[in-house]
Amino acid sequence: MRELRPALFLFILFTVICGGIYPAIVTGIAYAVFPNQAKGSLIVDKNHREVGSALIGQPFSDSKYFWPRPSAATDFGYNPMGSGGSNSGPTNPDYLKTVADRVKALRDSGVLGPIPADLVQASASGLDPDITPAAARLQIPRVAKARGMAVAEVSRVVNEHLKERQFGFLGEPRVNVLELNLALDAAK
Amino acid sequence: MNVYEWLQTILFFVLLLALVKPMGTFMAKVFQGERTFLSPVLIPCENLVYRICGVDKDEEMGWQRYAVGLLLFNLASGIALFLILLLQGILPLNPQKFPAFSWHLALNTAISFMTNTNWQAYSGESAASYFTQMVGFAVHNFLSAATGIVVAIAAIRGFVRRRTADLGNVYVDLTRCTLYILLPLSIIFAVFLVSQGSIQNFSAYKTVPLVQETNYDKPKLDDKGNAIKDAKGNPVTENVKVKEVTIPMGPVASQEAIKELGTNGGGFFNANSAHPYENPSPLTNVVEVFLILLIGGSLTYTFGYQAGNPRQGWAILAVMLAILWVAIAVNYGAESGGNPLVAKLGVQSVNLEGKETRFGLAGTSLFTTATTGTSCGAVNAMHDSMTPLGGMVPLALILLSEVVFGGVGTGLYTMVAFVVIAVFVAGLMIGRTPEFLGKKIEVREMWMSIVIVLTSGILVLIFSALALLVPSAVASMANPGAHGLSEVLYAFASMSNNNGSAFAGLNANTVFYNVSGSLAMFLGRFAPILASLAMAGSLAQKKYVPPSLGTLPTDKVPFALWLTLVILIVGALTFFPALSLGPIVEHLIMLGGK
Repeated sequence: MRELRPALFLFILFTVICGGIYPAIVTGIAYAVFPNQAKGSLIVDKNHREVGSALIGQPFSDSKYFWPRPSAATDFGYNPMGSGGSNSGPTNPDYLKTVADRVKALRDSGVLGPIPADLVQASASGLDPDITPAAARLQIPRVAKARGMAVAEVSRVVNEHLKERQFGFLGEPRVNVLELNLALDAAK
Repeated sequence: MNVYEWLQTILFFVLLLALVKPMGTFMAKVFQGERTFLSPVLIPCENLVYRICGVDKDEEMGWQRYAVGLLLFNLASGIALFLILLLQGILPLNPQKFPAFSWHLALNTAISFMTNTNWQAYSGESAASYFTQMVGFAVHNFLSAATGIVVAIAAIRGFVRRRTADLGNVYVDLTRCTLYILLPLSIIFAVFLVSQGSIQNFSAYKTVPLVQETNYDKPKLDDKGNAIKDAKGNPVTENVKVKEVTIPMGPVASQEAIKELGTNGGGFFNANSAHPYENPSPLTNVVEVFLILLIGGSLTYTFGYQAGNPRQGWAILAVMLAILWVAIAVNYGAESGGNPLVAKLGVQSVNLEGKETRFGLAGTSLFTTATTGTSCGAVNAMHDSMTPLGGMVPLALILLSEVVFGGVGTGLYTMVAFVVIAVFVAGLMIGRTPEFLGKKIEVREMWMSIVIVLTSGILVLIFSALALLVPSAVASMANPGAHGLSEVLYAFASMSNNNGSAFAGLNANTVFYNVSGSLAMFLGRFAPILASLAMAGSLAQKKYVPPSLGTLPTDKVPFALWLTLVILIVGALTFFPALSLGPIVEHLIMLGGK
């Protein structure tokens, strides 16, 4: 079988090149040029303790914190070990009841008017770090009240954390919930 | 679409189209062995590879030898991955101590990555070690992509070469494809992805405290790991406090780049390209779509260039673009229209279930259609949670045999088969000799084209029907009613066409889906590959017939429209009944508010 040697050797050689040398080169360049990103964009507090990642959302339910989107991660919301969406179909009765419950929880917190979809519909990753600016503004009165802060003061912190579209036209404007809440904790 | 979304979409396609010609020409030169700007560095590497492997780079092969070499190469890689998965527990680079895969999951996963499907019945962050990800999965991302591309190159040579049995040297083609095309682009774009926030490291997973602690009801398990149930049959749970979480790490960016470029689609994490570490920003989102479409789109130019008729390449690309643009419009329209059953609850009318905030609807539609029009199958949103018509778009794109750019290589050779069928049928209808690029289309070419075009359709319908007859397979559905049927249909469409995306609610990690899926993926991959090589072999031996008055021009608008119709009719005739019972019925139910 004269084809066996080249086929087999080519496979072994490419395993070394693509499975070993290639990731090693990328890791080397990444560590040299973008070390912070390569290691996970971790947020470090003033005691040099890692308190989370700017890219990975965390669960918040307390009134004094801005709430993130619902998460369908396995076991508990925003579990980074179980990324994923709900995969609920649009006519699934269980799903519709879940959304209705979330709407009710928001209404109970004093929200009037139409509810931004991102606040009651789970993200794809279950780790979405962002909410829309509308969803953030809607929560300002509740957070201000719970913290005993002025609405204007909370608005100011929200505006500081508003990320515009990338280069002015890519994607959507958004607010990073973890960074926003950490900033509020630091402000008081 | 608002003005930003239009701008993002239009600029994207302008950039993509601007690169089709240079990239297509570059690939043509690489496979013809001409000098390129990379040659000074890579020719010594290339020659070293040939020396080690005992390859004579000037030796030509007939289609049978080409096919045998390709199959052996794939078989070796598939078996190696199967063994890596079974031995994961004792292999290195496994900081989380993940155990071995079960035999049926290992079989399914090995065939899945070997066939460029990258269907994943496991979830990456909680099942696969760094060694598995890098030496197993990432390597296959390169090799399966190269396999698809070289088959397309051989198919092109079938039309270009005259009166010869030679189709080139499979080992040389594989080597050049990997060294000149896949590796350099992957390195550049992997580093780019890191700059935006994709991770690239070999650290153990990080544990960080939560700002606000949370809790959940954890099912209690007995000694054997089975859920304990109370007298009424409900699972017994205990409330567990969570004060810290574990964030997975790993060499993500290097895998992400080749996963998109090679239209593989297997995610490092369960959430795939929706995960912020795989696809961190709006910019990475459009760049990843760019990578998905780049090679498939450019190969059309390679085809036209080598055939000495670039217009023919553009005509094929125009057909692909037309279908893709319609797909984007329908998907965007359905998703931005929202779900009336949710809007009724007082929620803004747009469907964001299973979508990420940063990408927005336009970025999501672009990704969703690109990943299913090609055989990529990476997802940046959960297709299962789209509205019925929105979710039918990715399903339909897969069912059209993935010719809308298609998998790298596979898209082109499948499209060529559709062209052959279109030429033949048109020839019959208007009484002209069926010929394409100067080669007569005869019975053998028609047979091979039919195999290429219909294999996946036959597999989808047979396996879906089988799944509906097996009670355990039905029990895997996550959503009731019509949507459940869509989940099963999507699963086999995805596997038979080597896509790999899913209506992911379906619990596919069962013996039935793992084994039947392995079969569907294997046949769906290699039957068309063999047919394509056989067709190229027979075409290469034919003499060139110069175009005459009786020749149907295949590079003009009427033929492009005709080709589009043939693709849609074949797809509609095969799948309309099944689609009616799944997404279309569900759409009516949703509108009816029941």
